[in-house]
Amino acid sequence: MLKHRPTIRDHSAEANLFARRAFVGFVFVLGLVAVLLSNIYTIQVQDHQDYQTRSNDNRIKVIPIAPNRGLIYDRNGVLLAENKPVYNLEVIPEEVDDLDESLDQISKIIAITEQDKQDFLKDIKHTRRFKSQVLKARLDETEVAKFSVNQHKFPGFSIEARLARYYSFGDTLTHALGYVAKLNRKELNQLEQEDRATNYRATHDIGKLGLEKYYEETLHGKVGSQRVEVNNRGRVIRTLSMIPPQPGSDLVLTLDVGLQQIAQHALKDMRGAVVVMDAKDGGVLALYSNPSYDPNLFVHGISSKNYKALLNQDRPLINRTTQGRYAPASTVKPLMAVLALEENIVNETTTMWDPGFFEIRNVEHKWRDWKRWGHGHVDVYKAIEESCDTYFYDAAYRLGITKISDFMARFGYGDLSGIDIHEETTAILPSKEWKEDRFKESWWPGDTISVGIGQGYWTATPIQIANATNILVNRGINHPPHLVQVIKKDNDITQINNEEKPPVILEDPRHWQVSLDAMHNTVQKISGTAHNAFKGTNYDSAGKTGTAQIVSIAQGERYDADSLKERQRDNTIYVGFAPYSDPKIVVSVVLENNHGGIQIARQLMDYYFAANPVNLARNDTP
Amino acid sequence: MTALHDKRSIWMRMHLDLPLLIALLIMMAGSIMVVYSASGQESSMMIRHMTRMGGAIVAMIVLAQFSPATLKRLAIPLYCIGLLMLVGVLLFGVSSKGAQRWLDLGITRFQPAELMKLAVPMTVAWYIGRNHLPPRPMHLIIGFMIVMLPTLLIKEQPDLGTAILIASSGIFVLFLSGLSWRLIGFLSSMVTLAAWPFWHYGMHDYQKQRVLTFLDPESDPLGSGYHIIQSKIAIGSGGVEGKGWLQGTQSQLEFLPERHTDFIFSVLSEEFGLFGVCVLLSLYLFIIGRGLYIAVNAQDAFGKLLAGALTLTFFVYVFVNIGMVSGLLPVVGVPLPLISYGGTSMVTLMAGFGIIMSIATDKRMLLK
Repeated sequence: MLKHRPTIRDHSAEANLFARRAFVGFVFVLGLVAVLLSNIYTIQVQDHQDYQTRSNDNRIKVIPIAPNRGLIYDRNGVLLAENKPVYNLEVIPEEVDDLDESLDQISKIIAITEQDKQDFLKDIKHTRRFKSQVLKARLDETEVAKFSVNQHKFPGFSIEARLARYYSFGDTLTHALGYVAKLNRKELNQLEQEDRATNYRATHDIGKLGLEKYYEETLHGKVGSQRVEVNNRGRVIRTLSMIPPQPGSDLVLTLDVGLQQIAQHALKDMRGAVVVMDAKDGGVLALYSNPSYDPNLFVHGISSKNYKALLNQDRPLINRTTQGRYAPASTVKPLMAVLALEENIVNETTTMWDPGFFEIRNVEHKWRDWKRWGHGHVDVYKAIEESCDTYFYDAAYRLGITKISDFMARFGYGDLSGIDIHEETTAILPSKEWKEDRFKESWWPGDTISVGIGQGYWTATPIQIANATNILVNRGINHPPHLVQVIKKDNDITQINNEEKPPVILEDPRHWQVSLDAMHNTVQKISGTAHNAFKGTNYDSAGKTGTAQIVSIAQGERYDADSLKERQRDNTIYVGFAPYSDPKIVVSVVLENNHGGIQIARQLMDYYFAANPVNLARNDTP
Repeated sequence: MTALHDKRSIWMRMHLDLPLLIALLIMMAGSIMVVYSASGQESSMMIRHMTRMGGAIVAMIVLAQFSPATLKRLAIPLYCIGLLMLVGVLLFGVSSKGAQRWLDLGITRFQPAELMKLAVPMTVAWYIGRNHLPPRPMHLIIGFMIVMLPTLLIKEQPDLGTAILIASSGIFVLFLSGLSWRLIGFLSSMVTLAAWPFWHYGMHDYQKQRVLTFLDPESDPLGSGYHIIQSKIAIGSGGVEGKGWLQGTQSQLEFLPERHTDFIFSVLSEEFGLFGVCVLLSLYLFIIGRGLYIAVNAQDAFGKLLAGALTLTFFVYVFVNIGMVSGLLPVVGVPLPLISYGGTSMVTLMAGFGIIMSIATDKRMLLK
């Protein structure tokens, strides 16, 4: 630089200096442009793939679409469980100018509870403002109409339809169908463990009980999805591609809703259970437990008030057909007779004298017959027809518990029937091992005596009783009970549940006939215990009554229904089948602390044979 | 000679520099395309944008009619008015988005900082150009003070971006006037040394956070890093060829913030790719080259210094904006010159080019 400055300006020197500086400046600019460019090159060329992916992650979202749940029909094609649209009043907060004001206004048109309002305000705090939130669920038709007329006054408010399960027969089929309800955290964890959670991404409800639960996978279907492009606030701009969901398969049941209605009507306010089985294939024609309840209450989340009402002492939530444990009582006598015949304890002609009680030498206790003065001379037929206790006390005592227990197990006692719902108990078929395990006590010969008339430690469910009877009427052939006969998907029909279990084979098959004849007499002979109820039927039925005492009557006293409290009165049981010569159905009716089961069985059979006349019986049984 | 003179005279008489004018008009045409895409094809916004462009072109033509001698005379009064208005802004200014930048003049709002973008280089160029080049230390100090006074006032608003632009415009005058390299070296090492204690003792935590976020935007992807990440995704996903005009998903689906203003470069990069970026940078380089050429050929020191400083300041816009949106520099609000939507800054820039054209077509010396 110039140290000594001339007083006169040297324009060319200044111009040179400036030109040099301008040149340096331009070089500097070029350098910085190179820096910018190399950085852009790195981003746009080297890391292009990475940013391309992130750009797509930003804009493309996959939205799952729930499949439609399979429908459930009865054996005649009557729709039992369907999917109906429900209408919810929903609000997109972003589109509402004055939320408080709008909520006030809408309350004047549609009743909105304080609870609904609080829940809604809580919900919108946790979600994005453009997302629709339910203000009121399940509007009725009037509300939908009222809103539609006024919709223009409520921007951001709309009515949205969603499919929800609906059981058109309400409480008639609850214990068989079960119900669906909102999928909860626990079930979601379970699904995750089983690697099925992705299939439920869009699903609201899951089968909680009955067939809905047992056939959850079949009914549910396969989730679909759509790839959509969204903007930065998550609003969907357009659909890029879609995989439609696959609806679940439909179920066709063996149940006949008509029989269910007969059962419900007949049981009225009695506690009890009805099972009707198809003797040909084990298909369950009726499975009714009383009292029942409306499963639709659960679909949309049951209120605590309604739920508490179901927790009463009549226990409507229990499925009595498969979970009720009752002493099978005299209904086991036909099988007990078959066993005694097989074991040569008795034969067709043996008679014994019944004085009205049974006793063992050196034991003071007397096992009384229901008929205080006794049945006199009794053979195996009379023992079943008149339900003589003493005969079977004696037979059981001589058979011993192990033979009884082993034999009865082959008829399904003490085990799950295998019916296709999960709510089932094994009940108790007593044995030496069982008692030792349960009470840490050994089996006394005296314990066996009441087992001979289906009491003592022995308990069974109505489905077990029906199933055991079914094996008997089929002479050992074992068709386990089931509710679903066909799974239908479009035109693809899968017949299911027609497998047989290993049959019970007798050394002398004529022994079946003895018990079956005796059961026929029970209904047909004037002295039979079920004669009166079945007078005048146009079909030929057979059956066996049973009465189980709830409280033990002290030695030397007699049962008097009127003097006992209602819940201490006897349970009564009836098993029957018809037609006698070629059984088509088996019925079992159990009533708690009440009687009249025989009449109920008759109503069921009347209905069945009115619809399926015996002489016009189809050959192509379903 | 006369024929040649006559041939040039059409533009000379209009005081316009044809190559520069053509480059500027190409840029503006580009701007219309990109802003149209970035605004989501909103026509009302396009009308406003094009109106302002028209205004900016008028401002350029008007400024070009002032001779450099007139500009020289106007420098001091403009500077003084500007300073008074800046003080006024701090005292009675109108706030918007947390910063107090506007002066409400009753009829219209006015941003005095825009005036200073021109007044500062004009004043410094006038002051330094009065004396011999290179300037004496005393002149340097006074020149520096002329720059720093408005800079600090603007930084108080706060408007860091504009403060940087105004400081640069003044400092470029000093640089071009021949500020000694030794002094430049000394000053830059002082700044570097001061940075360390400043980081430890002079900065608030939130300010440090801002710097850290700039260094690693992924550390706060939803907070302050969001802008930069989305911007880099837009640029990067554009690739070499770009996604096509109006096809940029980052911008069309609004993932990109401030798309039509400060982040418009990202929109351009996403839709036109590296190819578009190269065209843009070439145009910028042409304009800068032309500006410096005009400066070198200017008739006097004032003209040289002013044209050179305005041109280099124009590059500061380019560098700060592109550096910011591509993650090289922290986020400071500087628009992409001639492309971003935003009226005032475009009017000021074009007025600056008007001054450059006035200098380019100054006939005073030619007539000598």
